[in-house]
Formats: sequence, structure tokens, C-alpha cells
Amino acid sequence: MTTHRQPRLAARREALYAWAFVAPSLIGFLVFFAVPSVRGLLMSFTNWDLLRPAKFVGVANYVRLLGDADFRHALKVTAYYVLMNIPIQTTLALGIAVMMDKFSKSTIIRGILVLPWLLPNIVVALIWLWLLDPTMGFLNQIIMGLGFQRQPFLGSTDQAMPTIAAINIWRHAGYTAILLYAGLQTIPKEIYEAAAIDGANERQMFFGITIPLLRPVLVFVLVTTIIGSFQIFDTIAITTKGGPVDATRVVYWYIYEYAFVRFKMGYATTISVALFVILITITFIQMRYFNANSSDLD
Amino acid sequence: MSRAHTRTAPTIPLATILAWIAFALVMLVTLFPVYWVLRTALSDHKEIYVQTAVLWPVGFTLDNFKRVLGMFTAEQSVAMGGTATGINFWLYLRNSIIVSTFLVAGQTFFSAMSAYAFARLRFPGRDQLFFLYLTAMMIPGVVTLIPNFILIRDLKWLDTFQGIMAPGFLMTPFTVFFLRQFFLGINHELEEAATLDGASIPMIFWRVALPLSIPALSTLAILQFIATWNDYLWPFLVGKNEAVRVLTVALAIFQSQTPQGAPDWGGLMAGTALSLVPTLVIFLVFGRRAVNAIQFTGFR
Repeated sequence: MTTHRQPRLAARREALYAWAFVAPSLIGFLVFFAVPSVRGLLMSFTNWDLLRPAKFVGVANYVRLLGDADFRHALKVTAYYVLMNIPIQTTLALGIAVMMDKFSKSTIIRGILVLPWLLPNIVVALIWLWLLDPTMGFLNQIIMGLGFQRQPFLGSTDQAMPTIAAINIWRHAGYTAILLYAGLQTIPKEIYEAAAIDGANERQMFFGITIPLLRPVLVFVLVTTIIGSFQIFDTIAITTKGGPVDATRVVYWYIYEYAFVRFKMGYATTISVALFVILITITFIQMRYFNANSSDLD
Repeated sequence: MSRAHTRTAPTIPLATILAWIAFALVMLVTLFPVYWVLRTALSDHKEIYVQTAVLWPVGFTLDNFKRVLGMFTAEQSVAMGGTATGINFWLYLRNSIIVSTFLVAGQTFFSAMSAYAFARLRFPGRDQLFFLYLTAMMIPGVVTLIPNFILIRDLKWLDTFQGIMAPGFLMTPFTVFFLRQFFLGINHELEEAATLDGASIPMIFWRVALPLSIPALSTLAILQFIATWNDYLWPFLVGKNEAVRVLTVALAIFQSQTPQGAPDWGGLMAGTALSLVPTLVIFLVFGRRAVNAIQFTGFR
């Protein structure tokens, strides 16, 4: 009997300690992650404006969202940004990663590459706002020095979004390259050697070995960078504030305006729930489509 | 073999040269904007707007830095194209240090405690709870942003340090996940030996597990410190007040006040340069470890 009771007592004590260890993080999780998620969802069914008490309005906000041309515009602008940002950034990063893998494993080079990612978004935005200033910015001095016309960059409806995409590519390409480079290190060199003996050229090796074996890392990078891109905010808050006109009024900015400028908390949470659904769907499709969990190495 | 040799021998140098040119270009594009911050900050405030294409500081001066650091009177700084109030740099620096330090200390410690329980202890509901944490990692910040703002407002914690720090102080799903992975990876033997010696679970955690995980804890703390230091939207929403305003928020507000028509680029770039010092110091001191850690944390 005693031999049986001792382990049970020990197990109970272990569980008690475990809950004590988990308790602080559990409180943080419940108060700032779990409950707010549910509360956000509930708020999206109300017309709360911070002043009067919230009134339940059913799916009215969602019906309104479906007919909201400004929301559709925000989605379009965001998608435009993501479609410019992600392919260029990923291709560039892949190129840099392959080059590092072949020619230099220097920590200094990796350190420099990751530097822009360590800077606050606010600082990055300020730096480029100055470099891209239509009249006094350094970039325009170069452009004019080369005999071209001065460019408005962030000041024009056509160029603002591509410019913001370029700024974020500058901040993220090196970081993404570092992640892909780490992925490249996991590919056994013998595979390349064997392929070389079989007479494969560089291009064949790249598309036949590197890309397929890098797939899990590549998918991971794509999923996180796409999710991140959909939530672009800081850069826009500093540079264009959604303008000129509404050229850079992305979804996150639209939510911000509704919540913290107009104080329409009900509708603002509705838009954020919609954004969440979009992100989950994209992630799910990507995972499915690219079969992210298995590398061709297995 | 010999065929490959004759074919590749002349092309390798060319490929290498091209690669190094490409590297040099990438490095230049990466570093130049950061250099331009310094160049502007060290230039004379009037020359900045005239000599726009000169590569080095024009009319080299430390006045912009001095002005941002509050070493001139209000009249002097207005005369230099700045605002009368200037930028209360030391205050914002202090605020950023307070927020980042305390937030990261709490977050790392409490995350380590729960991560240890998830990795090492058996208790009913463990795997389900951890799964919930993992799910929360998928939820983008925008979903919880508004409800958290409301909560902080209802607690009357707007414009307080605890308001800025609260959401991340006890955990983030990522830090718990990161440390659990780490605890799973370290050797059990020392802990088992301590158990046989009759050490209690808190004792083992405190005396054995934590000392073993100092490298992982400091790596995580560095990354989270930089992330907190860089954060903008949350401290902007809940901490605009001067007394708790952090550097990123201060820079954004400073930029939006254009005192005399044109933005005060000299002052702004000096403030920007100063705000980067802590990040750069951390990065230089922990260089290699930070780079390797960043590679690992792609999970964020």
C-alpha cells in the first residue's frame, strides 16, 4: 500500500508544482490573448462607439462589410502591396542566400545583412522618407544627376505603394536571406557531388536539388512574410498615412482609422476578424498546396 | 572529371568576381541609408537643405545632437530650425529602457517557468494547454489589439508603464514555445541526479535548469529586447503621454510636428541615430550569437 501511495503522492505534488509554474503565463495568456480574441469576436456583433453602451446588432456589421467599397479598396491595395513585396523580396533573398552559401560564410556579412531588420520600422520609415524626399532627397539627386526627371515617390498615387514595398524589401530581404541560408546549410553536400558526377549543371542542380530540398524553409518563410505583409502599418503611419488620396490605405490602416480615429469599435473589430479569416485561409492553402511538412529528403 | 576541370577552370574566377560585385552592391544598398542618417545628423542644419548631393557631412557639426539632447535653449533651437520644445531625448530614452528591460525580464522569467513545466513535468491537461498556446501564435496582433486597448483603458492604465508592458509581461506564445523547445533539448541527467539527492522541483528549476539555460535565455532576451524597443503601435496607443513616451513614439510625434515648414531633418536624424545606439551596442557585443539566434527564430 505504501509503495503504491508514494508515487501517487509524488505525481500529485508534481502536478501541483507544474500548475504553480504555469500559472503566471496562464494568467497572461487568458487575459491578453484568449479572452481578447473572444471579446474581439463578440464586439464585431455590436455597434459600440466607446461613448454609448454597446448594442447587439447581429450580423449587420458583416453585411455592411460585404458592401463596403472602401474595404474592398483597402483589400486591393494590400494585395497589391503583398504581390509586389513577396516575390521580389523572396527571389532577392534566395539569390543572396545561394551566393553566401557558395562564396562566403562570413558572420560579418550576415550581420550587415540582418542590420535593417534590427532597426525599428519607425526609423526605417524616417530614413527613407528623407532619402526619398521629392525635392531634397538624396535619391532624387542621383536620378537627376543621371539625367532623369525628379520622382515624387511617396507623394504620388501611382508610386506610393511600390515605394513602400521597396522600403520593406530593403528591411526584410537580408533577414529572409539569413533564414534561407540557414535552410541551405541543412542540405547534404553529397547530393550536389553525386549530381555533379552524373553531369548535372548548376541550373539543373538549383531547380532539381536546392529548391525541392529547401521547400519546408521556403514555405515557412513565405507563410510568415505574407502574414507580416498583410499587417503593414508602421511604415504607412510615418510616410503616407494612407494617402495620397487613398493609395496606401491598407486594411490595417483602415482598421486603425475606424477604431482610433472614428472610435467605431464594433465595425473595426469586424474588419479585423475578416482580416484574420483571410490570413488563416491563405496560410491553410499554402500549407496544403506546398505540402510544407515534408521535405523531399525524406 | 578532366572535362569538368577544363570547362569550369576559366569560369570560376568570373563567377566569383560577379558574385563579389553583387555582394558589394547588396552591402552598399544595405548600409548606405544608415550612413545617410549619420551624414545628415552631422551636417549643418541649413546646409542640409542646400547641399543635398554631397556624400559627406556638410559644415560638420555636433549641433544637431546637442540640440536633441537638450543642450541648447529654446530660442537657440528655434533659430536652428527646430521646435521650441525640442525632443526630450533623455526622458524618452529612460522610458524605452524601463519598458524594454522590465517587460523582457518578466516575459523571459515567467515564460521559462511555464516552458519548464511543459517540457519536464507531468500534469493533467498539459498537452491540451500547450496546444492552445500554439494556436495563439497563429492569431495576428490585429485581433487582440482593440480588445486589449479597451481593457487597458478600463483598468485606467492608459499612459502608465504597466499599461504598455502588461500584454507581454507574463508571456508571449512564442517565448514559451522557444524555451520549451530548448528545455526538451537539454540533458536530463543533472536534473535526475538532483532529484535523487532529494531536491524539490522549484529547487531543481532554480539551481539546475535555469543556470543551464543561460545562453538560451539571454539569446531570447536580446531578441525580445530589440523587438520591444522597436515596437510602435501599442506604445503609441496606450502611452502617448510624455512621462511614459518611448523613443519610437517620440520620433513619430517629432516627425509629425514640422516646426517651420520643412521637417527638421537634422534633428530627426540625430534623434534617429541616438535611438539606434542600444540596438547597435547589443548587436556588436553579441554579434555572432545574435545572428545565429535570428536564424533560429524564424518561427516568429
